[in-house]
Amino acid sequence: MHIVVCIKQVPDSAQIRVHPVTNTIMRQGVPAIVNPYDLYSLEEALRLKDRYGGRVTVLSMGPPQAETALRKAISFGADEAILVTDRAFAGSDTLATSYALASAIRQIEKDIPVDLVFAGKQTIDGDTAQVGPGIAKRLDMRLLTYISKIRELDALHGTITVERRAEGGVQVLKTKLPCLVTVLEGTNEMRFATMNNMFRAARYPLKVWNKESAGIEDLTKIGLKGSPTIVSKVFAPSPKAVKAEIIDTESNQPKDLVVTLLAKLFTKKPDLAHDIAKNAP
Amino acid sequence: MSETTEPRKPARKKVELDPKLARYKGVWVFVEHERGQVHPVSWELMGEGRKLADKLGVELAGVVMGAPGEDTRTFCHQAMHHGADLCYLIADEVLRDYRNEPFTKGMTDLVNTWQPEILLIGATTLGRDLAGSVATTLKTGLTADCTELAIDMENRSLAATRPTFGGSLLCTIVTLNYRPQMATVRPRVMAMPKRDESRTGRIVEHPLGMIETAIITKVLEYIPDNLQGKPQLAFADIIVSGGRGMKKQENFQRIWDLAKVLGAEVGATRPIVQAGWVEADRQVGQSGKTVRPKLYIAAGISGAIQHRVGMEDSDVIIAINSDPNAPIFDFATYGIVGNAMVIVPALTDAFRQHLSTSRMAG
Ligand SMILES: Cc1cc2nc3c(=O)[nH]c(=O)nc-3n(C[C@H](O)[C@H](O)[C@H](O)COP(=O)(O)OP(=O)(O)OC[C@H]3O[C@@H](n4cnc5c(N)ncnc54)[C@H](O)[C@@H]3O)c2cc1C
Ligand SMILES: Cc1cc2nc3c(=O)[nH]c(=O)nc-3n(C[C@H](O)[C@H](O)[C@H](O)COP(=O)(O)OP(=O)(O)OC[C@H]3O[C@@H](n4cnc5c(N)ncnc54)[C@H](O)[C@@H]3O)c2cc1C
Repeated sequence: MHIVVCIKQVPDSAQIRVHPVTNTIMRQGVPAIVNPYDLYSLEEALRLKDRYGGRVTVLSMGPPQAETALRKAISFGADEAILVTDRAFAGSDTLATSYALASAIRQIEKDIPVDLVFAGKQTIDGDTAQVGPGIAKRLDMRLLTYISKIRELDALHGTITVERRAEGGVQVLKTKLPCLVTVLEGTNEMRFATMNNMFRAARYPLKVWNKESAGIEDLTKIGLKGSPTIVSKVFAPSPKAVKAEIIDTESNQPKDLVVTLLAKLFTKKPDLAHDIAKNAP
Repeated sequence: MSETTEPRKPARKKVELDPKLARYKGVWVFVEHERGQVHPVSWELMGEGRKLADKLGVELAGVVMGAPGEDTRTFCHQAMHHGADLCYLIADEVLRDYRNEPFTKGMTDLVNTWQPEILLIGATTLGRDLAGSVATTLKTGLTADCTELAIDMENRSLAATRPTFGGSLLCTIVTLNYRPQMATVRPRVMAMPKRDESRTGRIVEHPLGMIETAIITKVLEYIPDNLQGKPQLAFADIIVSGGRGMKKQENFQRIWDLAKVLGAEVGATRPIVQAGWVEADRQVGQSGKTVRPKLYIAAGISGAIQHRVGMEDSDVIIAINSDPNAPIFDFATYGIVGNAMVIVPALTDAFRQHLSTSRMAG
């Protein structure tokens, strides 16, 4: 079983601040982390390896600093890590990103065929959930998104049975390998890094691929050139022009305040009185 | 990549569209359904699609794919009732359940045949699975989770605005030299249009051209969610939410009391869910539910952006907060500055009073 896990390094969005005057993102000091959703897919891949044997290769496209994210994955137990990095990839949207990652996976396959590719449900920065489906289509793999459970993997016959989150229920799907799986959050809990793996991660000779080693054939399909979507502006949400009408009475007693509030509410929204009457037990 | 936090390229103002692409005309909305029911997000998108089509002076079409029979035809008529001028229909047994392979083929074939300029899809688990696959197959741009759609008349392009970085920023994205321009929108973000049963339109049928044996993925089973007793915030008319200002779990009972009198659902901010005072299904906001009730009452909630994006489109927002400078007052409709521990029970009494008087009156 050879599993490739795609991971992305992202800024810890909980700590992002917007400059109040210039509306630009203040990135100084914002720590970079492994996209939290990718940890669920990495753990799922490691569990399959524990059970069926084989190897787990982690793959990331990003700036040289993304090395940290890959070493982290090695410390959890991944066997190999490949960083695809080249100025030519800068500005890639999801269509270009999936092209680059799919090319890299084809290169990986030249050594050992790939049975499964894992991706996160989505990232916390771009947040599109589009790269997984994109890679699957480009590699002509079956696509299994929002997977909450792998019920069965039949390595001998090359089939997989999974539970997929649908809007109103759970679909149980069976398909053939190779396929691309995106894993739902909460499916598992990431293991702790062992001492051994932490040492290994520190010394691990990371594979770093540029556009040539990643097998990029068509340079017009990567970076800005290969990206149909263009961000025309980034801005902070504008404060609403109208602020709340603060209810104010002479006494400012709770009872007076709420009675005044209801009078205003039902004058402005007469229908609401009707809706409340209808809803109330 | 490293630059993803910067605008990736300034949008050029005037772009001559490739004549091959200029042939792409019309706005399409994918009509998503599961177990005999259309997902409301499809009608919300139909309302939005109507505005875009009118601005462009083109037709609005629904796209229905499913098993042959009454249901799929009914969905086509419903699409017209919600604003479509026509509906494309692929009815095939193979499409009974959603599966990526046949749905991607159906949609890409339709697009290649009829060439729409804009294609809108709900950002549900089904919609995102389909949209990402269709966009990659067609090699076109796809903007995710939009909160606002507009037409830039200068080059007739779709300007799609979406939150990013967990909702703390917005960005506007355009797809200039590719067609169709694709976008997904989350449920409850756009308003539900009024339905008009007198509206009619034509149905254009199209074959799928795929047989069951050619599809590798099989659906073994479908286990419907047990919704009994589960909170249904997304469709509630009235929501009463509490935040950290309620201070203690036992105080949160005051939120439940008010909700009970109003027949409302109870919502909460993330810290309340993390503290385990209410179940995760009640979290409103960026990483919780997007809601659009007629009335949203927020007690002891500061109005952080991640909460705001999930509820700001409510018709009326009443905020109760002891801090007159709390951000929630920047976008609420009415505010009471005061102690929620006292104001919420007073509000409960006032609503109860109001209900009993109005019942006596009529
Ligand atoms: C403000 C902003 C808005 C954007 N909006 C759009 C948009 O609407 N449409 C669009 O096409 N592009 C958009 N982009 C570009 C997009 O963020 C990048 O293409 C990004 O490289 C991948 O998309 P994502 O982060 O959304 O990944 P997702 O599709 O959410 O990621 C899903 C999974 O794919 C894998 N993956 C994603 N990226 C990598 C990577 N670099 N290396 C390894 N694995 C990876 C991971 O497993 C990840 O969990 C936007 C960028 C910015 C800065
Ligand atoms: C990636 C990310 C995703 C997130 N997703 C969500 C999400 O989906 N939903 C969400 O809600 N949050 C989310 N958050 C958290 C969000 O940033 C805020 O921390 C959260 O919304 C604050 O909750 P709060 O208003 O209850 O608490 P606080 O911000 O602590 O506000 C408490 C308020 O109560 C007022 N108060 C205090 N005492 C009283 C009193 N006696 N009477 C009346 N008022 C009083 C205070 O003045 C204050 O305004 C997310 C954060 C991140 C980083």
